Amino acid sequence: MKDALSKFIENAGWPRIIIGLFLLFLFAAAPFVGVRVDTSLSDTLVRVGMNGILVLAMVPMVQSGCGLNFGLPLGIIAGLLGATTSIEFKAQGLAGFGFAMLIAVPIAAVLGFIYAQILNRVKGEEMMIATYVGFSSVALMCMAWLLLPFKSPVMIWGYGGSGLRTTISTEGFWRHVLSDFASVRIGEFFYLPTGMFIFFAIMIFLVWAFFRTKTGTAITAVGSNPEFARASGINVDRMRTVSVMLSTVLGAIGILVYQQSFGFIQLYMGPLFMAFPAVAAILLGGASVNKATMVNVVVGTFLFQGILTMTPSVVNSLIQTDMSEVIRIIVSNGMILYALTRKTQVKR
Amino acid sequence: MSRTNDVAAKPLFSKMENFKHFLISNSVPIIFLGLSAFAIPLSGFSAEYLVQEMITRLARNSFLVLSLLVPILAGMGLNFGMVLGAMAGQIGLIFVTDWAVVGIPGLILASIISMPIAAFLGYICGNVLNRAKGREMVTSYILGFFINGIYQFVVLYMMGWILPITSPTLVLSRGYGIRNAINLTGMRHALDNAISLSIDLGSETTRFAISIPVSTFLLIAGFCVFIVWFRRTKLGQDMRAIGQDMAAADSAGIAVERTRVIAIVISTVLAAFGQIIFLQNIGTMNTYNSHDQTGMFSIAALLIGGATVSKASIGNVFVGVALFHLMFVVSPMAGKELIGQAQLGEYFRVFVSYGIIAVALVLHAWKRQQERERSRRGLRGEA
Repeated sequence: MKDALSKFIENAGWPRIIIGLFLLFLFAAAPFVGVRVDTSLSDTLVRVGMNGILVLAMVPMVQSGCGLNFGLPLGIIAGLLGATTSIEFKAQGLAGFGFAMLIAVPIAAVLGFIYAQILNRVKGEEMMIATYVGFSSVALMCMAWLLLPFKSPVMIWGYGGSGLRTTISTEGFWRHVLSDFASVRIGEFFYLPTGMFIFFAIMIFLVWAFFRTKTGTAITAVGSNPEFARASGINVDRMRTVSVMLSTVLGAIGILVYQQSFGFIQLYMGPLFMAFPAVAAILLGGASVNKATMVNVVVGTFLFQGILTMTPSVVNSLIQTDMSEVIRIIVSNGMILYALTRKTQVKR
Repeated sequence: MSRTNDVAAKPLFSKMENFKHFLISNSVPIIFLGLSAFAIPLSGFSAEYLVQEMITRLARNSFLVLSLLVPILAGMGLNFGMVLGAMAGQIGLIFVTDWAVVGIPGLILASIISMPIAAFLGYICGNVLNRAKGREMVTSYILGFFINGIYQFVVLYMMGWILPITSPTLVLSRGYGIRNAINLTGMRHALDNAISLSIDLGSETTRFAISIPVSTFLLIAGFCVFIVWFRRTKLGQDMRAIGQDMAAADSAGIAVERTRVIAIVISTVLAAFGQIIFLQNIGTMNTYNSHDQTGMFSIAALLIGGATVSKASIGNVFVGVALFHLMFVVSPMAGKELIGQAQLGEYFRVFVSYGIIAVALVLHAWKRQQERERSRRGLRGEA
């Protein structure tokens, strides 16, 4: 029993256990401070569905040894282009959402391909470079949002007649098209966005299945031991390219799912820091810098979004101050820091 | 304008090959010089304004950028963890403002307070980086965010509660936590104006008056002398050895991990002083934002000056600060004139700051990978 417990602690890692217990405590404390558990649970689940695919987008690159995808904004940009184009063409409902995906996915694939060519030349330093590739592409797109010839009056600034707004509502186009599909509402407070979860499950299944195909296995091999993979006749660079493209495409789909649930498209500096919560979530779920599974994605997203949902309501009622922001910063960055320093590397 | 042309034209006097080498090794500053040459006439700023602005900004930022040099010497790359020092400097300033110590004594006291905090944070940073060899940059970057969370916790919740801060101009009306903006009235320009020189080069028709904060520049010069001296000490040489080859340095009996910690501690403490100099020039402090972009702007400036991840000189610092801030001042106006939107120029400079760091990191890593592959091919021998 004791062995099993210490083994479990060793496997899960202290930070994860502490945060898991903290979340449990938050849920347990909620009724005593006048926070409804069902509302909180519902909010958490909605957020899990919103962010899940963005977290899933981490998996392919982690598996291929490219590290954590801090360049997620690149995929998000493709998603934003899809979203804005679909609204420009007044595409509505599920078809509109599909149209946005249809635009976003090829753009993401192309951007991902270029991004992969960069990353293939900088093996071992992908993460820092990915961060700044993401940042600079967001800044570049800031200029593009001002200049692109969008015409739809719901998207451009009213007074100037050109340039997209910072936030665009998806209401009347495809807001909640996935979330409200077969959604369940129990009582006044509990709401389950079934459609979004079905979509999330399908994406998880597809990625899971992909990693069981020949290409998927080869990608995992490259991530585990690139020298060995090369010796077995696997084209390392090509496998890495596939994984980066897949990550970027998932990022594009992920942000579209996020937007349909959130109800707004955030342009300009909006996507700048979006990679960090996703990175923190998958690490919280038990992934390391070079290994991630579907369980990591689901558990991590739930834990991370649970903390984000519960701390403002519960902690604020407990100590009468808003500390949620500080807790969020410390938890998410502490988790990334823990993952980066966990494996003590031998001296070069 | 004519001055910028001189710099570019100078190497023409030497041989063609030298010229080519000069162009390649200084490609980044030259590109930015070209960009500025294009943007300055567009912006319509007067020469007087630009020269004054450059002098002010050189005085304001050079110290911060110089603090990056020591970790580069030790092969630890760009120290994104310098924001730790900036936060320490700000904590010092908060206390000094509360005690109403003004002028130069205030600045010195702030430095004295921030020094142990910065040294402690640097010690933590150095030890964390020793656990993440080979990915120092991304780790120090995330560490900056992490410590920012702790900084916010201390400043927003502990100060005025556990830590004694009483001044009602500092503490939020709820009784604890520091206000978002702090007016450093008593210390504003205290260092800049200690010795300052006003020069009037204008004739009767043209006004050309600039003031130079001599005292700040003296301090910066002192720092440069320190760096030059430091490189020649035993410790400096050890760092250089580690920067070139950690394993070789280790087998030569150099305490690698300890020396790396020292490099980061020095950098962090100097960054704290740098932030104090920076803020005394600005005159107001955004408690929760002032340090945010310190790291990025300093690193971008250093890289624009022609430094790389593994090699940076004092010259890179000054060229970089001047060029980066020239672009910073000029680009919004140039964007406004060119497209009719100042916002565009605004985004352009953000893009350049991020982009230049991305490009510099890519070039460095690419070069290293090529060298690695070449040495591996060498091992394989004739097939």
